[in-house]
Amino acid sequence: MSSRRIERAIEGVLFLCALLSVGTTAGIIAVLAAETVAFFREVSIVEFLTGTEWTPLFATQQFGVLPLLLGTTVVSAIALAVAVPCGLLAAIYLSEYAPEGLRRVVKPVLEILAGVPTVVYGYFALTFVTPALQAWLPGLSGFNALSPGLVMGLMILPLVSSLSEDAMRAVPRGLREGAYALGATRMQTAWQIVVPAAFSGITAAVILAASRAIGETMIVAIAAGQQPRLTANPFVPIETMTAYIVQVSLGDTPQGTLEYRTIFAVGMLLFVMTFGLNLLSTWLRNRFREEYA
Amino acid sequence: MSTTAATSLGPSASSARRRRADLLFQATALFVLVAALAGLAALVGDVWRDGADRLSWSFLTSFPSRRAEQAGLFHALVGSLFVIGLTAAMALPVGVAAAVYLEEYGGRSRIARLIELNIANLAAVPSIIYGLLGLGLFVRAMGMGRSVLAGAATLALLALPVVILSTREALRTVPSTIREASYALGATRWQTIRHQVLPMALPGILTGLILALSRAIGETAPLITIGALTYIPFAPDSVWSAFTVLPIQIFNWVSRPQAAFKANAAAGILVLLAMLLTMNAVAVVLRDRAQRKVRP
Repeated sequence: MSSRRIERAIEGVLFLCALLSVGTTAGIIAVLAAETVAFFREVSIVEFLTGTEWTPLFATQQFGVLPLLLGTTVVSAIALAVAVPCGLLAAIYLSEYAPEGLRRVVKPVLEILAGVPTVVYGYFALTFVTPALQAWLPGLSGFNALSPGLVMGLMILPLVSSLSEDAMRAVPRGLREGAYALGATRMQTAWQIVVPAAFSGITAAVILAASRAIGETMIVAIAAGQQPRLTANPFVPIETMTAYIVQVSLGDTPQGTLEYRTIFAVGMLLFVMTFGLNLLSTWLRNRFREEYA
Repeated sequence: MSTTAATSLGPSASSARRRRADLLFQATALFVLVAALAGLAALVGDVWRDGADRLSWSFLTSFPSRRAEQAGLFHALVGSLFVIGLTAAMALPVGVAAAVYLEEYGGRSRIARLIELNIANLAAVPSIIYGLLGLGLFVRAMGMGRSVLAGAATLALLALPVVILSTREALRTVPSTIREASYALGATRWQTIRHQVLPMALPGILTGLILALSRAIGETAPLITIGALTYIPFAPDSVWSAFTVLPIQIFNWVSRPQAAFKANAAAGILVLLAMLLTMNAVAVVLRDRAQRKVRP
C-alpha cells in the first residue's frame, strides 16, 4: 500500500517538472505583461504602434516603435533572402542528389554553422564582412543592416536546409518513382513532385527561420549600429528591437522608470511576433505529418 | 499538378536539354553548399588571423585591464564555467523528470499534449526574451540580484526544452521488451524506470545535456539583459557574486574602437570555440558509445 503511495508521489513530482515548462511560458507572459501595462499607462498604445520616432533615452522622449520594427524587418528580410533560396537548394541537393556518403559528411558540417555562438557571428560581420563589402560599395557605413543580414542568413541556412530536407525525405518514394517512370529528370521530379508535396513542411521551416531572424540579437547589436531610424536603406546604421533591449540593459537604467519599461514593451512585441510565427510553424508541420502518416 | 507534369514530362527531343538543365541545377546546388562551407572557413580563418597571436597562458590567467595587451579573461572563464555548471545542475534533474513524465506516464492525455506543444514553442522563443523573464522574475521578484544564481537559473530555463526533447529521444531508444521483462519480475513502474530505463538511456541523455549546455555557454543576450556586468576585476566566488561570462567579455572587447581590443576579442572567441569543440567531441563519443550499447 505504501509503495503504491510512493509511486503516486513520484508521478506527481515528475508531472510538476513537466508542468514547469507551461509555467515558463506563463512567467514570460506575466513578466512582460506587468511592465507593458505599466508602460501603456504613461504612453498611448497608438503612439507606440504608429509613431515614427524612437528616442526614449533623449531629453525629448518619443515612443514610436516603427523605426525599431522596420530595422528588424530589413535585417530579417536580408537574412531570409540568403537563407531561403540557398537553404532550399542545399536541401534539394542533399535529399534528391547527394550520395549517402557525401550527405553524411556535409550535414553535420552545415549544422556547425547553427552552433557557432552569435557573438562570434557579430564579430565576423563587423570585422570581416563589412570591410569586405565596403571595397565593393563605397557608400556603405561601418554599421549597417546589410552585413549583419547576410551573416544572419548564413547562420539560419542550416535551419532551413535541415528542416526542409526532413520534409522532403518524408515524401513517399512512390511519388518519385511515378515521376521517373514518366521520364522526368531528377530536377523535374524535385521541383514538380517533391517540393510541392513537401510544401507545408518547407513553409514551416521558412517561418521558423523568420522567427529566429527576428529574435536574433548579438549580430545586430554588434554590427548594425544603435540608431533607430525609419529607413529601408540597408547601407546606413539602424537599430533593431533586440539591439535596443541590449543597449538599455548595458546602461544602468533604474528599475521602475519609463526607460526601463520600454524594454519590456518592445520585448512583448517581439514575443508576440515570434510566438505567433512559432505556433504557425508547428501547426503547418503537424498538418504535413498527417498528410503522409 | 498532374496534368502539367504529364505534358511537360513526356518523351521528346528536348531530353538532352533537360539533362543539361539537371546538371546545371546540380552544379548550382553544389556551389551553394560550397559557398556556405566557405563562409564557415572564412569565419574561422578571420578569427584565427586576428587572435592567434594574442593567445597565451597569461591571457587565460589575467584579469581585465584598460591596456589591451595586459588584459585577460580569467574572470570570464571562471564565470562561464561556474554559470554552466550550475545551469547543468538545475536543468538536468528537472529536464529528465519532465521527459520521463511525458514519455513514460503522460501518454496521449490532453495535458501531456498541451505540454508537448508548449515545449516545442518554448524551444523557438528568442533567448533575449528569457533574459527579460530572468530580469523580472529572478533578479527583481525573487531578489537574487545580478548574481551567478540568477544567470544560471535563466540559462536553465533556456536549456530546458532542449534537454527535455533530447531526453525523450533517448528514452525512446530503450526497447519496450526491457520494460516488460522488468514488470514481469514484479517491479513497479518507477523501479523499472529507475533501475532499467534510465541507466540504459543515460549516455543519450548526457549527450543531449552537453549539446544544450554548449548552446547555453555561447549565449550572450539573456545574460546581458539580466544585468551580468561587462567589466569586473574579480572572479565570482559564490552563487551570489556578480559575474561576467566569456561571450559578454568578447562583446565588450568587440564594442571598443581600438584594434588591440579587437585582437583580444578574437583570442577570446578562439577560447570559446575550443570549449565548444571539446564539449561537442565528448557528446559525439558518448553518442557513439550509446549506439553501440543499444544495438544487440
